[in-house]
Amino acid sequence: MSATVLETATPVHQTVRTPDPDARPVRLRAEDVSVFYGEKQALFDVSIDIPEKSVSALIGPSGCGKSTFLRCINRMNDTIEGCRVTGSILLDGESLYDPALDVVELRARIGMVFQKPNPFPKSIFENVAYGPRIHGLARNKTDLEEIVVTSLQKAGLYEEVKDRLNQPGTGLSGGQQQRLCIARAIAVGPEVILMDEPCSALDPIATAIIEELIDELRANYTIVIVTHSMQQAARVSQKTAFFHLGRLIEEGPTEEIFTNPREKRTQDYITGRIG
Amino acid sequence: MPSNDHIVTSYTDELTELARAISEMGGLVEKAIVNATDALIRSDTELALATVAADKKVDAMQSQIDEMAVSIIARRQPMAQDLRLVIASIHVANDLERIGDMAKSTARRSTQIEGLAMSSQFKNGLRHMGELALRQVKLALDSFATRDKDMAVEVVERDTEVDALYVSLFRELLTYMMEDPRNITMCTHLLFCGKNLERVGDHSTNIAEQAYFLATGRPLTADSEDLKREQIKS
Repeated sequence: MSATVLETATPVHQTVRTPDPDARPVRLRAEDVSVFYGEKQALFDVSIDIPEKSVSALIGPSGCGKSTFLRCINRMNDTIEGCRVTGSILLDGESLYDPALDVVELRARIGMVFQKPNPFPKSIFENVAYGPRIHGLARNKTDLEEIVVTSLQKAGLYEEVKDRLNQPGTGLSGGQQQRLCIARAIAVGPEVILMDEPCSALDPIATAIIEELIDELRANYTIVIVTHSMQQAARVSQKTAFFHLGRLIEEGPTEEIFTNPREKRTQDYITGRIG
Repeated sequence: MPSNDHIVTSYTDELTELARAISEMGGLVEKAIVNATDALIRSDTELALATVAADKKVDAMQSQIDEMAVSIIARRQPMAQDLRLVIASIHVANDLERIGDMAKSTARRSTQIEGLAMSSQFKNGLRHMGELALRQVKLALDSFATRDKDMAVEVVERDTEVDALYVSLFRELLTYMMEDPRNITMCTHLLFCGKNLERVGDHSTNIAEQAYFLATGRPLTADSEDLKREQIKS
């Protein structure tokens, strides 16, 4: 009985939600997602709808669980020893944690861009061509070339690298490398793109270029971005979710979250107050 | 005042200073209304001229508040209630500056009707209107300083009292003018003075709307439909 008492003694957490009257249809839905690293619980019952063809930003202090949540979306946590995910995440109504699901195929549908640009130690062309090739998306060389060129164009990098596609990707500047990684993610035709602090290693100009790119990409992709920069979340996203100590505290339209948050913890965090 | 402190204390200091500047400017404007009304009723030219001169300080404070607000936006990127305070302060400073102008205009006109007789009944009417306008300004500034949304709504609702007084003043002046065309010059000046005080009430309403926005994050106009419905219920 004592165990029951302990459980009910924890206050029931309720996420504050501000509905968006102009929200696009839901693409991705998380229901009661909890994540455990061994004994330690890192994420507590997170439920959130991610609308299609828009940018959703996850914000919160370090260790709040936002990156952990992001990594659940393409099952990257599977690769971590002792990590256990409960609850469900649905992409177009289908469970991502269905045992029958091919994880490699899933990661083609849900692309990811990391904090530090991580191009393969190969040519610019090969960086982008690698994914389509292993997923068998191109029938011949011409097909593959076309995919590489359109992906680089969509990532806003083509004009800058078209004369040196055979040079190593690692020779590009930081911002260019990040756009190369975005091109690489786009090349396999994903539906969702996850971005884990994609601009934290970039200067303001390179950041602005990536932000402009994110804004263009949302016409065709569902984007979820984790960022430490609240200004960036305010600039690029349409929906914002605030995480704190492993819980989703508040979510709503970005404009509401940054002008009139309803939950005190959100308010304290975004205004830079001691919580 | 900010509810609790920012991690960066100088940021809290700047927002506190902004709110303090609004209070100071509000104080100057309140004094200007009192002086302008007194100068008018007592035909006190010296006080009138001093009131006109004092408006320079009000104008200077508006520029100062604007500069502070711009600086905070540029350097701090305020969010949520901080952003609302900065934006509302710009609006309030603008309305206070206009109220200052109304007081200045009233004071200036009072020097031009010096020596002309006003009935004591009419003087009382003007005095009462000045008091009402002043009360509106005070209440609006209090609601802003304390972020009291109910007080802000009260200001908006009570604006009709000032308006009603202006209408009765207008009718009275009209009869004087019809009685004797020689009264027209004086009555026109007085009519403008009444109109000035009526407009002080309007600017107070604007300030109260900013106070409401500051407190709730919602515009008062969008909420007013709900308010009306609540009032009908109660």
